[in-house]
Amino acid sequence: MTTRTHASVEVGEELPPLDIETTATIVAGGALASRDYTPVHHDRAAAQAQGLPDIFMNILTTKGFVGRYVTDWSGPDAVVKGVKIKLGGPNLPGHTLKIRGTVSAKTDAEVEIDVAGTNPYGAHVNATVRVVLPQ
Amino acid sequence: MLTADQKKELEATIQQFVGKPIGPAATSRDAVNEAMILQWCDAMGDTNPVYQDRAVAEKSVHGGIVAPPMMLDAWTMQGWDMHKGYDEPTNEEQRLHKILTDAGYTGVLGTNTEQEFDRYLRIGDEVTAETIIEGISEEKATGAGIGYFITTKTTFSDAAGAQVGWMNFRVLKFIPKEAPQAASDSGGGAAEAYVPARIKPPMGHDNAWWWNEVAAGRITVQRCKGCQQLRHPPRPMCPGCRSMEWDSIEISGRGTLHTFTVIHYPQFPGYEFPICAALVDLEEGVRMVSDVMDCKPEDLKIGMKLKAYIHEDDDGFKLPLFRPSE
Ligand SMILES: [Zn+2]
Repeated sequence: MTTRTHASVEVGEELPPLDIETTATIVAGGALASRDYTPVHHDRAAAQAQGLPDIFMNILTTKGFVGRYVTDWSGPDAVVKGVKIKLGGPNLPGHTLKIRGTVSAKTDAEVEIDVAGTNPYGAHVNATVRVVLPQ
Repeated sequence: MLTADQKKELEATIQQFVGKPIGPAATSRDAVNEAMILQWCDAMGDTNPVYQDRAVAEKSVHGGIVAPPMMLDAWTMQGWDMHKGYDEPTNEEQRLHKILTDAGYTGVLGTNTEQEFDRYLRIGDEVTAETIIEGISEEKATGAGIGYFITTKTTFSDAAGAQVGWMNFRVLKFIPKEAPQAASDSGGGAAEAYVPARIKPPMGHDNAWWWNEVAAGRITVQRCKGCQQLRHPPRPMCPGCRSMEWDSIEISGRGTLHTFTVIHYPQFPGYEFPICAALVDLEEGVRMVSDVMDCKPEDLKIGMKLKAYIHEDDDGFKLPLFRPSE
């Protein structure tokens, strides 16, 4: 993994796309890895009782993918400073979660990346991630 | 529905929660550890070496293995006991939710979250979370139903008491617009059955024939039998000679981009965004509204050559779209 430097980044740069082929294993595995044992994230009957067709991704997993997406691009020497997330529709097994991102702002110290995750339901997540890159 | 007095009483009751901690500060059961970090990285497919490769991590800006920042609130999640549900509230946040649930605001939906990281967590860190109910909105009408936005703020600190980060979390507690749909027991295909599709155009006496032609593989425009003028979209009367006699001709599909707009929001389900919505000058001399596909928004140029083709959605619906051509 190479690290992006602050100087090499320009506003408007598009990050490489990432498509997550969502499986029940990813949904349940992500929920349990984030210590979220809420049944709707691993027990299909519980999700169906709430009116959804299947278990759905928990917010921490979504956040995990957003974080991974940014550091896949920035490399290991980036420091994530903050994230703002707007949540949309649920992400289910069988959905391709398409993650796309663009560098949206740059200050002397930080770079800001807008990340959008969409699936067949529409917007699943919109996020703004702030990172510090090596100078 | 609540009466105005009942609503006033409800709002007075719930507003008493604002500013209150949801309960005593909670310390993570496990200190930050490599096993849980690796499990997280496996599930997210995250290969960042600063989370899992000691040699690389030591040489990095972090100086050693760190936990993924987005994992901050995982350490203090309640874990196993969450599967039991919360019929009996165990903290102030759950008590607040139950008051609203009992008043008919049965739905709950996470809408926003914001996190700031003062520093990355290291192996051995013990994380303590303190959450307060920061605010409750006035009643709002939303797409999901009417309800209240509840914002909590959690502050995370280390064993020395220093803040390592914070998180805001906002949920909507609402009266669902309609009862949840009955659970499907059709097995593996259930998710697919719920995938929304493109919104279908209204089809009536004056235009259904045009869509039927498209479904049969032909893109046509109307032609007046009185004066031969072509017109689109379909309508009953010729704007030139007022004849109501008409037939149609199949178009070549060749045209140029007259103008366009790129639609980013709102993102309706069933479409791929952004949408390059275009007004196309057909070589026959009429204009057609459609989308330009296989073209980045920044590559759209007024006057560029386009060619029509018939696209079929997964649900079998067909419509003409355009793509750049030589
Ligand atoms: Zn005419």
